[in-house]
Amino acid sequence: MSDTSGLDFERDVTELESQIAAIERQTVRSEEAESRLRELRLARVDRLREIYMNLSSWQTVQVARHKNRPYTRDYLNLAFDEFVELHGDKFFGDDRAMLSGFAKLDRFKVMVIGHQKGRTYKERAACHFGCAHPEGYRKAMQKMRMAEKYRLPLICFIDTPGAFPGKEAEERGQAQVIAESMFLMSRLRTPIICVVIGEGGSGGALGIGVGDRVAMLENSYYSVISPEGCAGILWKSHEFAPKAAEALRFTAKDLSKFGVIDKIIPEPLGGAHRDHHQMAMRLKNYLSATLGELTTQPTDELLSVRYEKFRQMGELIEEPSVG
Amino acid sequence: MVSAQSNPNPPSPTGPESALAAAGEVAPITPGTASSVADGRLDEPPASPVQKKRGVPEGLWIKCPGCSETVYRKEVAGRLNVCPKCDYHFYVSATDRVAQVLDDGTFEPMYEELRPTDPLNFADRRPYSERLIAEQRRTGLTDAVLTGIGMIRARRVAFAVTDSAFIMGSMGSVVGERLARLVEHATQQCLPLIIISGSGGGARMHEGILSLMQMAKVSAALARYHGSGGLYISVLTNPTMGGVAASFASLGDLVFAEPKALIGFAGPRTIKATIGIELPEDFQTSEFLLKHGYIDRIVTRPNLKSEIARAIDYCGK
Repeated sequence: MSDTSGLDFERDVTELESQIAAIERQTVRSEEAESRLRELRLARVDRLREIYMNLSSWQTVQVARHKNRPYTRDYLNLAFDEFVELHGDKFFGDDRAMLSGFAKLDRFKVMVIGHQKGRTYKERAACHFGCAHPEGYRKAMQKMRMAEKYRLPLICFIDTPGAFPGKEAEERGQAQVIAESMFLMSRLRTPIICVVIGEGGSGGALGIGVGDRVAMLENSYYSVISPEGCAGILWKSHEFAPKAAEALRFTAKDLSKFGVIDKIIPEPLGGAHRDHHQMAMRLKNYLSATLGELTTQPTDELLSVRYEKFRQMGELIEEPSVG
Repeated sequence: MVSAQSNPNPPSPTGPESALAAAGEVAPITPGTASSVADGRLDEPPASPVQKKRGVPEGLWIKCPGCSETVYRKEVAGRLNVCPKCDYHFYVSATDRVAQVLDDGTFEPMYEELRPTDPLNFADRRPYSERLIAEQRRTGLTDAVLTGIGMIRARRVAFAVTDSAFIMGSMGSVVGERLARLVEHATQQCLPLIIISGSGGGARMHEGILSLMQMAKVSAALARYHGSGGLYISVLTNPTMGGVAASFASLGDLVFAEPKALIGFAGPRTIKATIGIELPEDFQTSEFLLKHGYIDRIVTRPNLKSEIARAIDYCGK
């Protein structure tokens, strides 16, 4: 599943890959060509490792937004044994930016909710590029209640630039539904695992992000505001997005340090977009192990630990005494 | 405790960039769009060239952004910062709001010992740590919310009010922690909870992901409070946007709003840039939200105290 990524910081790799491909096309290869091929392949791996070990925050954003990055639908196909899609919020519509349904993963029957970005242009337009409307969050909440009722563990895949900013979205209560969804998740009587698989875009991400475990894929990001939005406000120009990206400290490593996430799931060499299958297997292993842990815990204990988990987030100074 | 002389204008901002951080402030489809909820629609008077002391009138007359009439400043101040000509609701500081809503001398502030820090070592064109000090000096507040216990017409309540002048009333770790503690206190003491929100900023971007997580933290505390049967009245004032609107401000059992306040998730400019259409005149106003079913009552400032007291009586057990 290799591809030409189009990421400018991978230009060396693309160059090596085209040289490798050229030699691979030769049906009959000389001894010399074979050894050159081995060299090039090793060089490619070295270079990829070097690049991906040292991604800047802005480069991470580009990888997280990569057009070939696996989306929720891909993981449902690759990591789960079955997916039974459940549409509709039973109120207004069926938001294509939010997928939901029953699924099987190893021995577990679960409910999956996830943002969906869409692969082709047509799909992307139908999914609003992964930006859910209020009906998406209402749909998610309806499935959450269903999961609670039948004690199906809930798995949430987060991959959105943000909740949709539009006229209808405001008319239908975008702020209200995100608030309600967090409110609901904080006390939902079933285990919840949230995984940021690509973009964790502010409130739209957190709207399905309150869980017993929160994990991030290695090259995903999770931020209070998009780097472009932050740059536009604080630097007065979107050109400063790379600077804003550094300042916001939103990579998986940063969030792990801040105690906001429990786990970083490593990506295959050169990012998830290079090997969907391997990424899906890693994700599956994480989910399966975590479901094993969570499903044995008494619900009341689960809820009080979940509460404390978010309760302790934040950093401040506590003055010893105030006059 | 509270100056009798109220000032209809917020202290002049340190700069327009002190403004916005919002969970909603993303422009995903056209990432080239600047987002600002200011848009000339906020009750954000132009920064005056000279820093003035709080509570001291800067001039005898001011121009009302609602009706463009020139009105006598003292008269505005005497009417709880409401325009005598058009009932436009001017900005009110958190301390003035305490004096307006709570019975005289009953406010016992809590959690003042919680002070903001700079967990990201954040610097845009100015370090956040410096900005905090400047904002504290300018507003006289330690962060964007006051929390405590007080009485409303002799009814004991847990009370919080955000001040939209302190980094646009945005929520960072301190705002989140003070609110969460207050909600937990109200849960333990079985007190009605009143939160008056004013935030153009939403979640404070200078504290990054930690600000975003305050939305979950406060919402979780409110869910427990709700489970215990507590009454929460959320009062929305101009402006209530982004991550504040998308968390505690929208979770009231009762949601009141002052007239013509700007309330919403994404800033109007972001929306305009994303969908490229003209927005209705009343878009994201209190009246717009009332029409679409998201608030219970529009309450004018002089009636706020009585309306809260009456609602508490209806819901009292």
